[in-house]
Amino acid sequence: MAAVAARYGEFKALGVEVLAMSTDSRFVHKIWQEQELSKMVKGGVPFPMLSDGGGKIGTVYGVYDEAAGVDIRGRFIIDPDFVIRAMEVLTPEVGRSPDELIRQIKAFQHSRNTGEVMPSGWQPGQVTLQPGPALVGKVWEVWKP
Amino acid sequence: MPEIKDGCVKPARGPIAPTPESAAPPVGGAPAQEVKRMLAQVGKEAPDFEANAFVAGTGFKPVKLSDYKGQWIVLCFYPGDFTFV
Repeated sequence: MAAVAARYGEFKALGVEVLAMSTDSRFVHKIWQEQELSKMVKGGVPFPMLSDGGGKIGTVYGVYDEAAGVDIRGRFIIDPDFVIRAMEVLTPEVGRSPDELIRQIKAFQHSRNTGEVMPSGWQPGQVTLQPGPALVGKVWEVWKP
Repeated sequence: MPEIKDGCVKPARGPIAPTPESAAPPVGGAPAQEVKRMLAQVGKEAPDFEANAFVAGTGFKPVKLSDYKGQWIVLCFYPGDFTFV
């Protein structure tokens, strides 16, 4: 959470709005912000912190753990047409990587703008692929792992 | 900024089932079951919802996912405030 907040400027520059959600109430979100997050990141978490009491929303997104009564770590990239482009769900002991999240957003945005597709591990500026009959059997000529 | 007034209990809509395209009444199923069938999948429309939220600098307000339609959205679930990772 704080890791994403610390790089919020990068998300904003990419035209991305961030929403965070747990089963905690809005009151707990406020106190967490004041007591801890604002001390980890200057100004605290700048994006909305949503409350999923009862886990109904987490259930729809496949991240609600009924036994524990919490939403586990899951993040979803949603494009401007409201289509889910990516999801990553982890069990609680490992945090997520903002670098990988930003890489995926840039790749999906590049694909949306150009129609090109991005090979494994693509970073902005690296070679992209133009899918089509001409590329069949020829990927090796333009890209190797 | 003036504090937005808020009570102890504030209902939010939670998952919002898509409006059926035909005007035909649902056959047999209650609306609750319709919500159960909603499921997030890549390449498919994001299930909409409304939730109560805390927003820095604003206070408490309900937030609907579809309010952000037209932008890129990153939606992050996490196990709880004051957790360690």
